[in-house]
Amino acid sequence: MSRESRVSLVVLVGLPVAAFIAHISGETYIINLLTRMTVLGLAGIGLNFALGYGGMVSFGHAAFFGLGAYVTGIAAFHAFDDSLFATVPFELASTNQMLQIWLIALLLAGLLALLIGFISLRTSGVYFIMITLAFAQMLYYFAISWPTYGGEDGLSIYLRNEFPGVQTDKAFSFFLLCFAILLLVLLLCWRFVNARFGAALQGARMNALRLSSIGIAPFPVKLTAFVISAMIVALAGALFAELNGFVSPTSLSWHMSGELIIFVILGGVGRLVGPLIGAIVFVLLETYLGGLTDRWQFFLGLILLATVLFANGGIMGLIGGRTRHD
Amino acid sequence: MSTLLIAEQVLNGLQLGVTLFLMAAGLTLVFGVMGLINLAHGSLYMIGAFCCAFVSVETGSFFLGLLAGMAGAAVAGALLEMVVMQRLYARDHLDQVLATFALILIASEGTRWVFGDVPLFLDVPEAFSGTIELIGGLTYSKYRLLIIFVGLLVALGLYWLIARTRLGMRIRAGESDREMIAALGVNIRLVYTIVFALGAALAGLAGSMVGALSSVQVGMGEPVLILAFVVIVIGGIGSVKGALIGALLVGLVDTLGRVFLPSFFQLFMNNSDATTLGSSLASMAIYVVMAIVLAVRPQGLFPATGTSSA
Repeated sequence: MSRESRVSLVVLVGLPVAAFIAHISGETYIINLLTRMTVLGLAGIGLNFALGYGGMVSFGHAAFFGLGAYVTGIAAFHAFDDSLFATVPFELASTNQMLQIWLIALLLAGLLALLIGFISLRTSGVYFIMITLAFAQMLYYFAISWPTYGGEDGLSIYLRNEFPGVQTDKAFSFFLLCFAILLLVLLLCWRFVNARFGAALQGARMNALRLSSIGIAPFPVKLTAFVISAMIVALAGALFAELNGFVSPTSLSWHMSGELIIFVILGGVGRLVGPLIGAIVFVLLETYLGGLTDRWQFFLGLILLATVLFANGGIMGLIGGRTRHD
Repeated sequence: MSTLLIAEQVLNGLQLGVTLFLMAAGLTLVFGVMGLINLAHGSLYMIGAFCCAFVSVETGSFFLGLLAGMAGAAVAGALLEMVVMQRLYARDHLDQVLATFALILIASEGTRWVFGDVPLFLDVPEAFSGTIELIGGLTYSKYRLLIIFVGLLVALGLYWLIARTRLGMRIRAGESDREMIAALGVNIRLVYTIVFALGAALAGLAGSMVGALSSVQVGMGEPVLILAFVVIVIGGIGSVKGALIGALLVGLVDTLGRVFLPSFFQLFMNNSDATTLGSSLASMAIYVVMAIVLAVRPQGLFPATGTSSA
């Protein structure tokens, strides 16, 4: 077992154990904090799929995160007053079932990512960064200037949606649900990365020309990875909205895209569990630095800057040892 | 819809355009010459505005404030370049994005620490307050005209600097081949610092001038920064000419879109729906323009020539 696997195992066991301890001592606040780490970690893992493995530096994944959040918020909005979820192109009754909401969120995010990816992947380097940012901004400005769903004020979700067999309004049950999804996604990602598809994807990152010369076109491989990545992030966005009981346009803003990148970099690029560690550290900093001083972002900035300048490879790079290939 | 209104909105679009150009020129030079993508450029805009506000309140002179805004941003830029940016030139774009994102957090919170949360208000200088009558009975704000004038002057000056002077020659040479120019005995590090400080000064100038129109506050640089990115991507990263044309295009599309799209939809929809749809689409318009430009010409309208990276 490599050091990276051991570190990952410690984190993946530690998180539910901590939640359980918090549960028996009745610390709902701590459980919600751990859920926040799990959900943000899930989003980071989704982004890492495109950014770490595929080398696509997307500065616009907030679009998918926010989309997932807004689908949840809008569904809850209509379920609350029993109106229709959509009238065009066909009538769709609203629902408070998470599974149905997620299906819609995943489908929409997949379609959006297909469109954004199809245009953006024609470019590379800094153009790719900028065009993904521009698409996310488009959605952001649309959300704040469209008054039906709250505009700049966002949307409240008064009742958490339902999941068969889970009491979603209980903090610990909701944590377990999120954590189970995290494990499932990790398993999927692990299978993808170690399959032929993952090899092709990493090949596309390292040398697209060589990949084409052995008969694999890089574009479809990268586009597929971009779509998968977007869908994972959208699912995280949906869970995030449920957790907070609130959807705000900030979840679409470029700060969110930046934070998602922070999770990935802080944890370690291209490490499966890295973004989860990044998210855990970020939430800890946000909570405890934020408790010490109102100016916590100043220190967060310093820590980030130091990480980029001096600790290339993130936390996983420091404690988990070097990756075998790069 | 009268011609006067259209003319006024075109002038507003031009004013936004030249402001964006002042921001975009620095960004595009820094990217073209050093290959650095600098998200913290918006912070320099903000720092310039705060320096300007502080000095003009202390001395009572807006023009001293304007100078202070430029100087403050230039000094901040030069320091930033020497302490942080130099370590980032050889890194990949991901590291640059993240490090400069961290700088935004530091600069914003740092400024909030020093000046507090309350926005500062700058007064337009006496000589330029009020309006002036232009040809055809059009009245327009003197101060906004001044901004347009200064912006166009800077564009001319930049053209002269880059095309006609020794420093400009070195900048262009650094763009094409940094090792060769270093081998010829030019202190390329110093050229980099100068380019960065120059870009910062222009951002500071933009921040100071716009600060008097609206207000000076933390985070004021971010929307402008993103617009400036749209500008340089449309214009072709690394090209100053592209930045000017892109800036005017974005300024006009954004301003005119906001005014005319709602009335356009009113032609075949009821009023409130048209206003909603029109203003939603107007706020997205420039991004649509950018997506179209990139889909057709992935390198922007005026790809910079002579660079190895572009």
